[in-house]
Amino acid sequence: MAKIIVVTSGKGGVGKTTTSAAISSGLAMRGHKTAVIDFDIGLRNLDLIMNCERRVVYDFVNVINGEATLKQALIKDKRCEDLYILPASQTRDKDALTKEGVEKVLNQLSDDGFEYIICDSPAGIEHGAFMALYFADTAIVVSNPEVSSVRDSDRILGILQSKSRRAELGQTVEEFLLVTRYNPGRVENGDMLGVDDVQEILATTLLGVIPDSESVLKASNQGLPIIHDKESDAGQAYQDAVARLLGEKVDHRFLSVESKSFFQRLFRRSA
Amino acid sequence: MSIFDYFKSSKKNTASIAKERLQVIVAHERSKRNQPDYLPALQQEILEVIRKYVSIDQDQIDVQLENNGDCSILELNVTLPD
Ligand SMILES: Nc1ncnc2c1ncn2[C@@H]1O[C@H](COP(=O)(O)OP(=O)(O)O)[C@@H](O)[C@H]1O
Ligand SMILES: [Mg+2]
Repeated sequence: MAKIIVVTSGKGGVGKTTTSAAISSGLAMRGHKTAVIDFDIGLRNLDLIMNCERRVVYDFVNVINGEATLKQALIKDKRCEDLYILPASQTRDKDALTKEGVEKVLNQLSDDGFEYIICDSPAGIEHGAFMALYFADTAIVVSNPEVSSVRDSDRILGILQSKSRRAELGQTVEEFLLVTRYNPGRVENGDMLGVDDVQEILATTLLGVIPDSESVLKASNQGLPIIHDKESDAGQAYQDAVARLLGEKVDHRFLSVESKSFFQRLFRRSA
Repeated sequence: MSIFDYFKSSKKNTASIAKERLQVIVAHERSKRNQPDYLPALQQEILEVIRKYVSIDQDQIDVQLENNGDCSILELNVTLPD
């Protein structure tokens, strides 16, 4: 059985698509056969972040409607052997996703030997976001250290706990918190919520803290999932998050200004 | 305390203000979760009945249904003005 992981948040623009691209690439880099599905119907973007926008022929809704086979619609990633992308449809009909249709596609991916299915959720708490989280075994709730994002994350946690399939069956969805766009300098100045504060409010296991980093925009410009940038702090933080997702114990990094710069540390040691 | 200290400390506080506000609103919204759909209407009608006798604001009344194993308790909190 494939493990279904939703990347969700409620609020838009917090880093769900960036995270979906990074986590799915990270899992595939470690040899796990992974599919990543764009649930943002009408606003397809995962293809751009994964650099496969010009190879899209069929999409998620085509497969659900039987207009294409899953095999025809899946795009094989050029960088990772074990990674496949299922792009969102650009149709404006949001109801194109049905529970039965989504379930059929997920089951077929599972039967085809996929180990992980990453569902990149649209923003909001409407139909598309609900479809993305409904079948999840695990949820990665992406939150920025900012009031509206944290509040929306809590709402999404409530929906996971009451409306998901697992909730309906009396089971629980495994929940993780991923804090992104973290700026340790601003936290130290007292004008950004610290990761401890966010975690305390949401009371959810911390999967990782991704620093706010210029490298993310540079990577997206080129269609390179940030996890491939081994030099960048954000890329390394995503590597750590993938390791934790697989059950490894890894210390959190990039939580303070000091740990950011190697030269600063070197200087301090020699001083 | 100099004026500079004042700006420094007030700047320091915005993250803790954010935390406090979030704790309050999140606790409030959690308590409203999984409540029956009729509760807001019930609260509105109770409010109107009370208003026949005392004038109170919308936020001075709070209705909650608490599950206590084999029974539920309907809790009604009304803050009356002095
Ligand atoms: N860690 C980060 N540092 C800097 N910018 C980021 C980071 N994560 C995401 N972004 C930027 O934030 C914007 C929104 O990200 P995206 O992943 O599309 O969010 P969502 O899918 O939640 O709407 C993008 O421009 C992206 O490059
Ligand atoms: Mg997105």
